[in-house]
Amino acid sequence: MNAPLRRVGIVVMVLFGLLFANLNWIQAYKADEYRTSDYNGRVQVADYKRKRGNIEAGGTAVATSKETTGKLKFQRSYPGGAKYAHVLGYKPVNLADTGIEQVENDFLAGTSDQLIGDRFKDMFTGDETGGGNVLLTLSKRAQDVAYDQMRNNQVDAKRGAAIAIDPRTGAVQALVSMPSFDPNPLVSHNTTEAAAEINKLEQNPDGPLKNRALAETLPPGSTFKIVVAAAALENGVTKTTPIPAGSSYTPPTSGTPIRNAVPSICPEPQVTLLEAVTESCNTGFAQLGVRLGADKVKEKARQFGFEQEDLTVGQLGEGGLRTAASRTGDMLNPDGSPDPAALAQSSIGQNNVRMTPLQGAMIAGSIANGGSQMRPYLVRQLLAPDRTTSYYTAKPRELRQPVSGQTASDLRDMMVSVVQKGTGQKAAISGYTVGGKTGTAQSAPDRPDHGWFIGFALDKNGNPVSAVCVVLEQAGSGGSAEAARIGGQIMRAAIADPGGR
Amino acid sequence: MTVAATPAPSPATTGGESGVRLARSRRNAELSLLLLAMVLVAAYMATVEANLLDTVTPDFWMPAAALGAVFLGLHLVIRFLAPFADPALLPAVALLNGLGVGFLRRIDLGEAAPVDREDLATFAGIGGRQLAWTLASVILAAGLLAIMRDHRSVSRYAYTLGLAGIVLVMLPAVLPRSISEINGAKLWIRVGGFSLQPGEFAKLALLVFFAYYLVRKREVLSLASRRFLGIDFPRGRDLGPVVVVWLISLLVLVFEKDLGTSLLYFGMFVVTLYIATERVSWLLIGLLLFFGGAYLAYVLGSTVGGPFANFYLRAEIWLDPFADPTDKGYQLVQGLLALGTGGLFGAGPGGGQPDILPEVQNDFIFAGIGEEIGLFGLSALLVVYLLIVERGLRAALAVRDSFGKLLAGGLAFTLGLQVFVIVGGISKLIPLTGQTTPFLSAGGSSLMANWLLIAVLLRVSDGARRPVTGGSGKASRPAGGPPEQLHGAPTEVIKP
Repeated sequence: MNAPLRRVGIVVMVLFGLLFANLNWIQAYKADEYRTSDYNGRVQVADYKRKRGNIEAGGTAVATSKETTGKLKFQRSYPGGAKYAHVLGYKPVNLADTGIEQVENDFLAGTSDQLIGDRFKDMFTGDETGGGNVLLTLSKRAQDVAYDQMRNNQVDAKRGAAIAIDPRTGAVQALVSMPSFDPNPLVSHNTTEAAAEINKLEQNPDGPLKNRALAETLPPGSTFKIVVAAAALENGVTKTTPIPAGSSYTPPTSGTPIRNAVPSICPEPQVTLLEAVTESCNTGFAQLGVRLGADKVKEKARQFGFEQEDLTVGQLGEGGLRTAASRTGDMLNPDGSPDPAALAQSSIGQNNVRMTPLQGAMIAGSIANGGSQMRPYLVRQLLAPDRTTSYYTAKPRELRQPVSGQTASDLRDMMVSVVQKGTGQKAAISGYTVGGKTGTAQSAPDRPDHGWFIGFALDKNGNPVSAVCVVLEQAGSGGSAEAARIGGQIMRAAIADPGGR
Repeated sequence: MTVAATPAPSPATTGGESGVRLARSRRNAELSLLLLAMVLVAAYMATVEANLLDTVTPDFWMPAAALGAVFLGLHLVIRFLAPFADPALLPAVALLNGLGVGFLRRIDLGEAAPVDREDLATFAGIGGRQLAWTLASVILAAGLLAIMRDHRSVSRYAYTLGLAGIVLVMLPAVLPRSISEINGAKLWIRVGGFSLQPGEFAKLALLVFFAYYLVRKREVLSLASRRFLGIDFPRGRDLGPVVVVWLISLLVLVFEKDLGTSLLYFGMFVVTLYIATERVSWLLIGLLLFFGGAYLAYVLGSTVGGPFANFYLRAEIWLDPFADPTDKGYQLVQGLLALGTGGLFGAGPGGGQPDILPEVQNDFIFAGIGEEIGLFGLSALLVVYLLIVERGLRAALAVRDSFGKLLAGGLAFTLGLQVFVIVGGISKLIPLTGQTTPFLSAGGSSLMANWLLIAVLLRVSDGARRPVTGGSGKASRPAGGPPEQLHGAPTEVIKP
C-alpha cells in the first residue's frame, strides 16, 4: 500500500502546485488588471484615506471633503447642491466620476505627478497631506443668477442651458444645465443608495445628468443668421446693402415657402442687412444664404468653431469637460447635388444645423472681442494642498480668428441694434452696451419652439466684459425674449462679479 | 466483527529500521516550533492593531496567549499520551488556527466603531467565538487522544461510524429548508442561534468505515478483475459499493446543492480505494464517474433546471464571473479583486478591506487574508497546509497496519483535497463550492472536526514512529503486546 500512498502524496503536491500557479496568475500577472478594475472598491477606499482637495469658485469651496468616522475616512460634499452640478460633476465611491472631479482627479486626489513632493514628504512625516485645490473661473454671482433665472424662467421651460464666458479670455463665468441634480446623494458612502439615485437620474426622461451647455446640440434658429451675416459681410455686402426680403420666399426646387415669424417683419421687397438682423428677417436671410452658396456659409460656420469635435473645457492645455461638435449639415440632395431648399432653411438655423450653447456664446464672444475667439476654460489655477504654491495658472489663448476686426465691428453694431431696437430688447443693461441675437427654432413638427439668445456686453470703453448664450428648450412663444432677459441678467451679474480669469 | 483489519504488514513497509531511527520522540522540537508559531500569531495581531488602530494596545497578545496556553496543554497531552507523534503537525495546525483567529479578530476590529476598537474584548465577535471554539476543539482532540490509545481500536466501531456518517451526510438533505439551508446550500442543522455542519464530522466517520471495509475487501477488489485495454478492471459485482458511494455523492450534489462536499466524499472514497487496491483503474473509473456526473448535472441544470440549477449557475459563474460582476458573480469577482489588489506582498495585516467580500469569515477567508499578506504570504500558508498533508501521508507510509495506512492516508488526502477545493474555488481554478478552509474559516463544526482529524493523525503517527521493541511501558504494539492490549484490540491477530 505504500506505492499508492506515495503517488497520492505526489497528486497532492500537483494539486497544490496548481493552486500556487493559479495564485501567481491572479496575484502577479493579473494583479494590475484586478487592482484597477471598475468593480474594485478597495483602491477607492485607499483614495479616501487622503483628504481630497477643494474645488473653489470665487473664493468659496463648492466641492469639499469632510472627515467622517466611517470606513471611508472622508465624505465628499457639494455645498452648492444642484447649482454647480454640471461643472463639478461628482466623485462617487463606486460609480464613474464626472465633471471637473473627473478631469482634475489626480490633482484633487493628490496622486498627480505635480504633487510628488507632498507624497515624498508624507513618507517621512507619516502624515497624509491632502490633495490639491482647483480654482474655477466661475463668477459666483453669475452662476447664482443663471441657476435661479433658468429654474424660474417665465415660460416654464423644463430643459435648457445657459453659459457665460469672458470674451477677452475665454474664462467661463457661468454654466448651468437645466434640469440639474443634487450630486450629494451620489457621493454617499452608502453605495446602494448612490446607485439607486443615479439610476433614478438616468431614468429621468429630462436627462438631468446631461451637460446641455456643452454637449447638447439643437437647431439654433435665427441666432445662426449672425454666421450668415458674417459670411455676407466678407463677400461684398455691407450693413446698409439692401438685400431681397418679402413676406414669403420659396426656394428653387422646393415648394415649401419660408415666412417670417410675424407678417409685420420685413414685408417690403428689400431691407438693409442691418434691418434684416435687427428684425430677424427670415426671407432675407434665406435668400442671402442661397446667394452666398452652401460652401461659404459652411466655411464661415467652421471658422466660428462648428464641426470641431475635440474641444474640451477645463485647463487650457489638455483635458477638460468634453463638448459636442456643432454641425451645419451638408445641405445637399441625396444624390450629392446642392439643395437650395436645405440651404435656405439652414441659413435661418433650421434643417440640419445644430449648435451647442457653448458655441453660441463663443460666436457672441468672438464678435465682441474684435474677431478673436478665445479658447474657453474653467480651471483658473491649481493650488498646492497648503495653498502656497501654484502649480498651474491659466494663460488665456486665442483659439481662432473667425472674422476680421472690421467684420466683427459691423456684426457688433448689428447685434447692438437687435437689443436696442429689435427682438432682444430684454437683454439691455443700463450703463453698458449690450448686443445680441435671439432665435426661435422649430424643434419638432408638433412640439413648442426652442428659444435662444446669444449676446455680449461692452463696458463704456467698448471693452467686452461678458458673452452669453441661453437656450430654453421647447419654451414656445416668448421663449427667445425670455432667453434674452435671462442672458441680460447673467451678464449683469458677471459684470458685478467678474469671477476669476 | 472479527478478522477484518489485519495488520497486513509487508516486509517492505514494516518500519523495523524506521522504528529504530525515529526512536526519539522529538517533543522538544514540537514545543519550540509551537512557541515560534504563537510568536508569529502574536506578531500578526500586533501588526493588525498597528494598521487598524494606529497603535498597539497593551493587551494585543491576549488571544495569542489564550491559544498558546491551550495548545501547550495539547502538547503536554501528546507528550504523555502520544510521545512519538509527528512533531510538525501540532505547530503547523496551531499556526493556521492562530492566524485564523487573528484574521477573524481583525474583521471584528474593522467592523467595530473606531472608538470601541481599542477595547475589543478577547472573546468578543466572531474572532472571540472562534477562539472559544478552538479551546473546545483542542480539548476534544486531547480527549480523543486520551480515549483512543491505539488507532486500530476505532475499527471496532467501523459499521456504527459508517452508518452514523451516512446519517450525518443525509440529515440536512431531508430536513426542511428553514433548518438546513444557508446561502443555497443545504448543509446545515440550525437550532436557535446555533448551527452545525454535520457533514464535517461525517467525513471522519465515513473514512473510518471506508478504511475498515476496504482493508477487508482489498484482496478481492484488487485480484478479481478483467483485463481490458491493458488495464485491469474490477468485476461488476465488486463495483457495487463504489457505485453506491457515487450515487450518494451525487445525491448530496443534487439535494444539498453542494459540489464541494460531493467531490470531497467521492475523492476520499476513490483515493482510499486506490490506496487499498493499488489499482489505477479505480482512479480512472472514479474520475470518469465524477466528471461524467458533474457534466451531466451541468447539462441537466441548463435544460431541466430544478435541483440542478444551482450547480449550473455556479458553473456559469466560474466560466465567466465578470459576466455579472455586481450580482451573481459578485462574490467571486470581489474575491479575485481582493487577491489581485493584494498582489505580491499584500496590503499588510489590517491594511486591506475584507469587509467588501461577502462571507469573508467563511468561504472567502483565503481571499481576505490574501489581500493582506499577498502572494508570498499565501504561498507560505499553502506550504503549511502541504506540510500537514504530507506529514499525514508520511505517518500512513510508516505505520505498520493496513487500517492505519488507509485511515491516515485517507484523512491526510481529504484535508488536502478540501484545501484544494476551496482555495481553487475562490481563485477560479475550479467552480466555487461552499467549503470551509480548514483551521482558518470561522465555524465550530469545521474546526472541531478538523482538530479531531489531526488527533487521529497524531495518534497514527505516534503508532508509526513508536519503536517496535522496547519503548515506553504503555506502548501497544501491532501484535503480541501485553494481554490487556490484546484484549483491547481483539481483531488484530486472528487471520483465517
